[in-house]
Amino acid sequence: MDELIRYAPDLARGFAVNMQLALASAVLSLILGTVLVAMRVSPTPVLRAAGAAYVNIVRNTPLTLLLAFCALGLSDKMGLVFSQNPSTNGFLLVTMGLSLYTATFVCEALRAGINTVPFGQAEAARAIGLTFSQSLRLIILPQAFRAVIAPLGSVMIAMIKNTTVAVAAGYLADVAFAMKDTFDKTGVSIPIFIGIALAFMAVVLPIGLFTGWLSRKLAVAR
Amino acid sequence: MTENGDAIPLVRLEAVNKHFGDLHVLRDIDLTVDRGEVLVVIGPSGGGKSTLCRTINRLETIDSGTIYFEGRPLPAEGAALARLRSEVGMVFQSFNLFAHKTILENVTLGPTKVLRKPRQEAEKRAMELLERVGIASQAQKYPAQLSGGQQQRTAIARALAMNPKMILFDEPTSALDPEMVQEVLDVMIGLARDGMTMVVVTHEMGFARRAAHRVVFMADGQIVEQNTPDEFFTNARTDRAKDFLSKILTH
Ligand SMILES: Nc1ncnc2c1ncn2[C@@H]1O[C@H](COP(=O)(O)OP(=O)(O)OP(=O)(O)O)[C@@H](O)[C@H]1O
Ligand SMILES: [Mg+2]
Repeated sequence: MDELIRYAPDLARGFAVNMQLALASAVLSLILGTVLVAMRVSPTPVLRAAGAAYVNIVRNTPLTLLLAFCALGLSDKMGLVFSQNPSTNGFLLVTMGLSLYTATFVCEALRAGINTVPFGQAEAARAIGLTFSQSLRLIILPQAFRAVIAPLGSVMIAMIKNTTVAVAAGYLADVAFAMKDTFDKTGVSIPIFIGIALAFMAVVLPIGLFTGWLSRKLAVAR
Repeated sequence: MTENGDAIPLVRLEAVNKHFGDLHVLRDIDLTVDRGEVLVVIGPSGGGKSTLCRTINRLETIDSGTIYFEGRPLPAEGAALARLRSEVGMVFQSFNLFAHKTILENVTLGPTKVLRKPRQEAEKRAMELLERVGIASQAQKYPAQLSGGQQQRTAIARALAMNPKMILFDEPTSALDPEMVQEVLDVMIGLARDGMTMVVVTHEMGFARRAAHRVVFMADGQIVEQNTPDEFFTNARTDRAKDFLSKILTH
């Protein structure tokens, strides 16, 4: 218990990094996931194929491999550098990898949502002269989102926990790294394990409850 | 069909053919719709009535032939097609109101997003139209909170809000409970009186007799017979039509 209290500031700093990664990845993956689903349902075969290929490749790649690829492949080998500050660069590379990965799950959740929207909605939208992108933006996606708020919440919860594999990108700042670093000094500590697990639960549980409540509140009555 | 040969009909279909796979659903359809004309399309199930209706705003593409709107072939895609659709209203059997939008929003969406009207102006006009179809008091509700008849009247207001040059109705009262049919037909009769060009797929003979200028009888993808409502209902010429009428008249 003492070691948990003694190293709490280090661990808390690490945990804050996880939360920042999660926040940035949530925004980016929701945007990218929406773009991907728009591609997957677009009338243009090339876009549909590209969207499907991206989702199937990235979703089926282990996240640690993807993060390592972002850091070692894209950054070190191919020269993709976001910032000269290594710590900022590491943060952004992890955010990128995590967002690219999570976006595929966002896309598939939304696609399931689109399937719940009756065909007549799109037809009525076209019939008043909305373009394809307008009907997607104004009619289909808003209804699809409401239908999958709870599953999207699960995707976000998985993503938040996935921030703990940031070390795979060589980014040594998050709570999982801080934990291992602490163990190197004090030996393995059960209270530290439990403390960190509780911290994640404190964030994740309310998200699950909130998205469940929101999905009932915003459900589209038909 | 056009008596005054100089006027261009609003819609003209010329040798239109359409298949669904092996099924030949429209066979060499020739048809004109004049401005202000109310056309009722009637015929047995599967005869191609809905398909015919839907080709006019290109919700269905055609395999051969040409459809002219105001003398010009229908645009195939893009902004020109969206513009055409904004000029041709459509009312569906299942209403298809936007489920996540209020009644008022359903009516203002097209004017603000397609016609780019200012919101205030669109709302003012929408309230006038909702008044006209008798559901102004429901403006802030969602479609699922309304009865079928009210939803269908909203759908008519939504179509009218675009100031369309014509409106297509595909069995607008078939999904309604019997007691709600008349309130929708009354709105449609009002439109017909005001000179709206309408193509109406319906089996409501009361409506056809009161509002239609012409009845088109379709079966097996062909226009078998067309005539004034009175002539058609009392003196059908073809056996197909007589047979069909004897079946629906017994109901
Ligand atoms: N999208 C489609 N794909 C395949 N076949 C279709 C499609 N839409 C309609 N059909 C078929 O085409 C034929 C004509 O259909 P259509 O809906 O135009 O008939 P209808 O005269 O409107 O019939 P109803 O009175 O039942 O509405 C039917 O046999 C129908 O099953
Ligand atoms: Mg039909």
